[in-house]
Amino acid sequence: MFPADLKYTKDHEWLKPAGDGTALVGITQYAQEALGDVVFVDLPEAGASFAVGEEFGTVESVKTVSELNMPAAGEILEVNASLGDHPEAVNEDPYGKGWMVKLKLTGDLTGLLDATAYEALVSAESH
Amino acid sequence: MSIAASELMKTPLNAAHRALNAKMVDFGGWDMPVQYPAGIIAEHEAVRTKAGLFDVSHMGEIRVKGPGALALVEHLTPNAVSKLAIGQVHYTAFLYENGTFVDDLLVYREAEEEFLLVVNAGNSDKDFAWVQQHAPAFDCTVVNESPMTGQIALQGPLSVQILQPLTATQLEPIGYYFFTHGEVAGIQCLISRTGYTGEDGFELYCAAGDTEKLWNAVMAAGAPQGLLPAGLGCRNTLRLECKMALYGHEIDDTIHALEAGLGWIVKLDHSDFIGREALLAAKAAPATRKLVGFKTLEKRDIARDHMPVVQDGRQIGFVTSAAPSPTCGFNLGLAYVPTELAKVGGTIQIEIRGRAVNAEIIPTPFYKRTR
Repeated sequence: MFPADLKYTKDHEWLKPAGDGTALVGITQYAQEALGDVVFVDLPEAGASFAVGEEFGTVESVKTVSELNMPAAGEILEVNASLGDHPEAVNEDPYGKGWMVKLKLTGDLTGLLDATAYEALVSAESH
Repeated sequence: MSIAASELMKTPLNAAHRALNAKMVDFGGWDMPVQYPAGIIAEHEAVRTKAGLFDVSHMGEIRVKGPGALALVEHLTPNAVSKLAIGQVHYTAFLYENGTFVDDLLVYREAEEEFLLVVNAGNSDKDFAWVQQHAPAFDCTVVNESPMTGQIALQGPLSVQILQPLTATQLEPIGYYFFTHGEVAGIQCLISRTGYTGEDGFELYCAAGDTEKLWNAVMAAGAPQGLLPAGLGCRNTLRLECKMALYGHEIDDTIHALEAGLGWIVKLDHSDFIGREALLAAKAAPATRKLVGFKTLEKRDIARDHMPVVQDGRQIGFVTSAAPSPTCGFNLGLAYVPTELAKVGGTIQIEIRGRAVNAEIIPTPFYKRTR
């Protein structure tokens, strides 16, 4: 449920470092379950830069809306355009086809949780 | 702050929901399923095209019985109670003196001198106190049957064909907003052809202890035909598409019955009900605001409950309920706006997270089934 090669935030985003200074960002299995059916993902333009923790978009489900916050400082290299027609990919494959943005990292990854720490956090929240 | 699940009230189906892996939420102090694993959209579509089964055991039931029962219910509600036939139901409300809402409810006429009032879960205690407060002037008994009553709602076009094999009661002859008593799966039920989804269907009331057996029997009969357990999430989108009011949203103790577009439940010439004077005055004066239906024009513009309606940076109204509509395929909602703006085809602006977004006023209900 929480892949070991990802880093996580307390706000339920994940970040996957590619090893070349870039990373993919999305929301976790726990987050997509809490939202329910996703119907729209509002993402920034490529080229935009964000600080760590800054809001970079929103994800809307039938029931509610949630802000997306940057797990790490970076510049948007690419957004997942296929979510425009297939927002349900966020529910079906949150760590794969449901990725949201590709970042060029401009800061470090300190402050992110590993899978074990994130699982503990989620387990505490759901009790 | 959320209340710990252990402190929430539970319906007789709580264990059944958990066994179905429902996502449970605090709904007005009740631990209720918001959705099952199929998800809100699939559950919504099942109700529109096949059938869905809802647990509505959290609703409140108040029985009023005796020679003064009719007079009490006519005093408390604005609809024409004496015109109800035995076996007929109608939608109505409890109003305060100023014409605003204590709650909305269904009135079932069980006998000449016996009525069952079905009220919202979150208002159940307030409603029972309200009825009790006014009852002493009338010769009748008032009993809160909520704790001993379970209720499930089978909703969708396949409802008759799913339910008929479980009962000897002929279902097809029961008219919309009529009810009867009969056994379903061997369980004594009040079988009511009513619902909160805009589809054909039945609300089944039974003894609390029989609810799980009834639920399981209906699920087993319907599952092969596409029946899904359906949660409060799709109950909300279904009722919203049909412009059915929800207490705390379209109606509350600050909104009167005429503004809410519920003039059709207010029979000003029928009886001297609580709130009548205020509504007579309201009817004589021009309405200042109206409830309208709207759609936003861009896919990304999704309005939500309680967002402000704005004009030139100033709030002029508010959204009562809004969501992406699974059936209509666009983002819709209901809002109170000044009467002069309440015209179909007109444009209003809704403030969504700091952005003023255009919305078009469109006819309601947004969805109406073809009978």
